[in-house]
Amino acid sequence: MSTGNRPLSPHLQIYKLQITSVLSILHRMTGVGLAVGALMLVYWLNAAAYGPEAFERAQSFLAHWFGRLLLFGWTWALFFHLCNGIRHMFWDAGLGLELPQVRATGWFVYIASIVLTFLAWAAGYGMLGGS
Amino acid sequence: MSLRSDLGRVRGLGSAKDGTAHWWAQRVTAVALIPLSIWFIYSAVTLVGIDRAGFKEWLNAPGSILLMSLFVIALFHHMQLGLQVVVEDYVHTERNKIVLLVLNKLTAVFLAVSSIIALIKVAFGG
Repeated sequence: MSTGNRPLSPHLQIYKLQITSVLSILHRMTGVGLAVGALMLVYWLNAAAYGPEAFERAQSFLAHWFGRLLLFGWTWALFFHLCNGIRHMFWDAGLGLELPQVRATGWFVYIASIVLTFLAWAAGYGMLGGS
Repeated sequence: MSLRSDLGRVRGLGSAKDGTAHWWAQRVTAVALIPLSIWFIYSAVTLVGIDRAGFKEWLNAPGSILLMSLFVIALFHHMQLGLQVVVEDYVHTERNKIVLLVLNKLTAVFLAVSSIIALIKVAFGG
């Protein structure tokens, strides 16, 4: 069977990880992670609909260290997916497709997602008055 | 250069026949989600540690229930489109793939409608 001159996938076990491939798979992983986070949002809204006690339980779960850890992860995932999604839109418009630009915007997205996460959490802790 | 193999031609499996509709829907929902998700994060920060009465008050403020409804619609549509591609990429048993794709669509609609009903209950209920 002739397979012609088709492009081949990189051999993942021996292929050096690069910013481009790492961000590509992180985009998918954060997307799936945010789908799980969306389930928490639905639970949270339905707890509010059910009544004050149910909402209180949801809020205390989220305030627990494990709940905060999940929320922190989802905050970063959302900022990353948002920033990298905007990067994808520039590509769709035919902009920023040269490799040096792809690497530069990749690092920018990575750093921006971390900075925005810490800013949002600093603001959140500000709302609590530091508790 | 044709990228189709001999085997591919013999089997006669071509494109999925739905053109660019999926790609476009993913981009349109993504565009909607840029302002909506920024607004959602801002709102979530202001709602840290709130009780139900405070949440209800926030939801009844101008724009809140409208933007929350638009957010969950765009979110679950976008989620369904994204998870569909993940299933199509990694699940290669035809029966399992179809079951997962149907479940994905039904679950997304269920979650979106459930969220909106919850929002209405909180905003207009007791």
